[in-house]
Amino acid sequence: MKTVFERPHSLFDLPYPYCPGCHHGLAQRLIAEVIDELSISDRTIGVGPVGCSVYIYEHIDVDFVMGAHGRSPAIATGIKRSRPGTIVFSYQGDGDIAAIGTAEIIHAANRGENISCFFINNAIYGMTGGQMAPTSLLGQKTQTSPRGRKVQTEGYPFHLCEMLAVSEGSAYIARVALTNPRLIKKAKEAIRKAFLTQIEEQGFSLVEILSPCPTNWRLPPLEAVKWLEEHLMATYRIGEIKVKEGVTNAC
Amino acid sequence: MHVETVIAGFGGQGILFLGRVLATAGMIGGYHVSWYPSYGPEMRGGTANCTVILSDQEIGSTISDHPDIVVVTNQPALLRFGPLVKEEGLLVINSSLVRGTGHCPTVEVLNVPGNEIAGAMVGDPRTLNMVILGALVAHRPLVWEEDMRLALEEILSGKKRELIEINFQALDAGKKFIRERRDAGVSERPNE
Amino acid sequence: MKRILMKGNEAIAEAAVRAGCDLYFGYPITPQTEISEYLSSRLPEEGKVFLQAESEIAAIYMVYGAAAVGKRVLTSSSGPGISLKQEGISYLVSAELPAVIVNMSRGGPGLGNIQPSQSDYFQAVKGGGHGDYKTIVLAPDGMLGQMMEPVVFTEPQFDPLPPKDWAVSGKEGRKRRFIICFALDPQELEKVNQALQEKFRAMERNEIRYEIFGDEHPDLLLVGYGTVARILKSVVREGARKGLRLALVRPITLYPFPSAVMKEKAVQAGRVIDVEMNHGQMLEDVRLAVEGRVPVHFYGRSGGMIPTVEDTLQKVMDILSREGVKHENGI
Repeated sequence: MKTVFERPHSLFDLPYPYCPGCHHGLAQRLIAEVIDELSISDRTIGVGPVGCSVYIYEHIDVDFVMGAHGRSPAIATGIKRSRPGTIVFSYQGDGDIAAIGTAEIIHAANRGENISCFFINNAIYGMTGGQMAPTSLLGQKTQTSPRGRKVQTEGYPFHLCEMLAVSEGSAYIARVALTNPRLIKKAKEAIRKAFLTQIEEQGFSLVEILSPCPTNWRLPPLEAVKWLEEHLMATYRIGEIKVKEGVTNAC
Repeated sequence: MHVETVIAGFGGQGILFLGRVLATAGMIGGYHVSWYPSYGPEMRGGTANCTVILSDQEIGSTISDHPDIVVVTNQPALLRFGPLVKEEGLLVINSSLVRGTGHCPTVEVLNVPGNEIAGAMVGDPRTLNMVILGALVAHRPLVWEEDMRLALEEILSGKKRELIEINFQALDAGKKFIRERRDAGVSERPNE
Repeated sequence: MKRILMKGNEAIAEAAVRAGCDLYFGYPITPQTEISEYLSSRLPEEGKVFLQAESEIAAIYMVYGAAAVGKRVLTSSSGPGISLKQEGISYLVSAELPAVIVNMSRGGPGLGNIQPSQSDYFQAVKGGGHGDYKTIVLAPDGMLGQMMEPVVFTEPQFDPLPPKDWAVSGKEGRKRRFIICFALDPQELEKVNQALQEKFRAMERNEIRYEIFGDEHPDLLLVGYGTVARILKSVVREGARKGLRLALVRPITLYPFPSAVMKEKAVQAGRVIDVEMNHGQMLEDVRLAVEGRVPVHFYGRSGGMIPTVEDTLQKVMDILSREGVKHENGI
């Protein structure tokens, strides 16, 4: 009998703690699949964040270093500079990477730090209970923008990928979503390219993954997917934002 | 022996370097030494001073309340540090830039026209610091002349090697100034 | 052995290289920048890593990452920069990762100034960041930053180190490892904290270091660390010349604090003066150590002002005379 579908070897057989309709589990599974396919689980070190993303270390079977909110790119730098032969990735949410850790991510990218960052953007703070994120949309109601995010007081949604793409240090930057099988396939390709960019020592790579947060968006899972496609994807264009010359196209 | 020396002047006059040569020569000569700098946040043009202690005992405090020797290369330094010299201590004054001697009646004063000697005899006004040090050591042999040369060789390593000779010439010019003065019968007397 | 005249900052940097420092991460701040400058050329010579971080915060987390893979790692800063590092220091303790942090302390609070000061004692010895923890704090003898003194380097001697069977490296065929800095379950976190406390008790048993200097039967015990201890040695010597019987206890470890010897010497002398370059921080630990058995006096300067030998000796004589202690020359 031919196996057509199985749990990636790098993913533990554990139920996810995430809310129904959340895409964290899906994103982590794709990372595990790529780690399997590239046969790098023995030399990969993950750097864990603070927020809902924190649980990743319980699910992916690689060495992990858990650190502080926003500081993963600096921790990853310390690891990679210590052991250049390892494959180092961070997994961060929007508050983590695009608010409190903005300095760390910008400078890691600008140094061309040879690491890969996976950024889950759900436009809200999940674990603390639905406060406004730097990536929240204009008009989006949250616990700390109860009348909707306004430009006058809260400024604009934060486009991290486009900002990092400007830096000469970044090699591969992509934004993806996981709302249908075609997009999931593309997302996996992007994750694979990010790891390959690192394996081939081309420099910094980042994949932003748009993800729904039905609980804090106050929407049923299916409607949350729809909202993501209609609103989040309208503000945050998906696709490859930067592919530096020399970055592999082998997928 | 235990001699505490404070050297003070403008930043850029080579005050810290002067102290460093003295301290290094003292170390080579076998003394316990310390070099303690104090300067404003400005790198150039501010005030600079350092304290050098040479001692045959382990040095406790590296700061001097009442130095045995004070070297001043500009007017503000005289006003600030002149009054601190120990009774019967030595005040070395760069008389090219400093007027008067302050009011320290019991202190021995050594006037050295450092800028003139550096300009006319050495041919480089930047060697003022070594002229003053040469004069000080000729007047009061705190360290061996040979150890000052070794100190310059130790401090001016690598690309700066070519500066050793002119610095040594300046030490020599300071020494000559003291010799000639002594030969001419000028004696140091307490402040008039 | 050859003596070299070096700035304290450079001596610290060279000592780190000779002790096998693998990586350094730092951010420039006066008065410790020479440490970075020195290591930026010296570490690459040894095939080691130097990296100037974008902030103190990034630097301490680079340290965290390097420590997590078992490397010997150093960072350094001063006052305001050390404040920024406190978050990371708390995480290092939580994750039980070893690292060396140098604080070339300066005047505070706020931007303060760049002059020598002991204003960071509380921050260093009472934890500093959030959470219930301590770190070993060493106070070297002297005003290290900019001062030059002759230095002699000796070959560092180490006890054999235990294997780093906790360090991450990529699984390399073994069971995976992780470095963790939290325990969400209350019972579990209490256990983690109890284990940490056990470690601090072991430090208190094994790591206390101090120096005693001066008269064996003192009438007054002087207490001071770092720069101040150097000044107090001069006070002890100067006092002896005037017939005063003085002794100094200089804590070398500020945590763990040498409480037992402090109490013993204080009781023997009958009175204590604690001198600091702040307005009374170690004073609290001295008083705790002495347990109210004898009076503890205090003399402090701050903001970059350094207590002079002359002024300190005057304070000493005032105390002795007020308390009616007679000495050979009579007061």
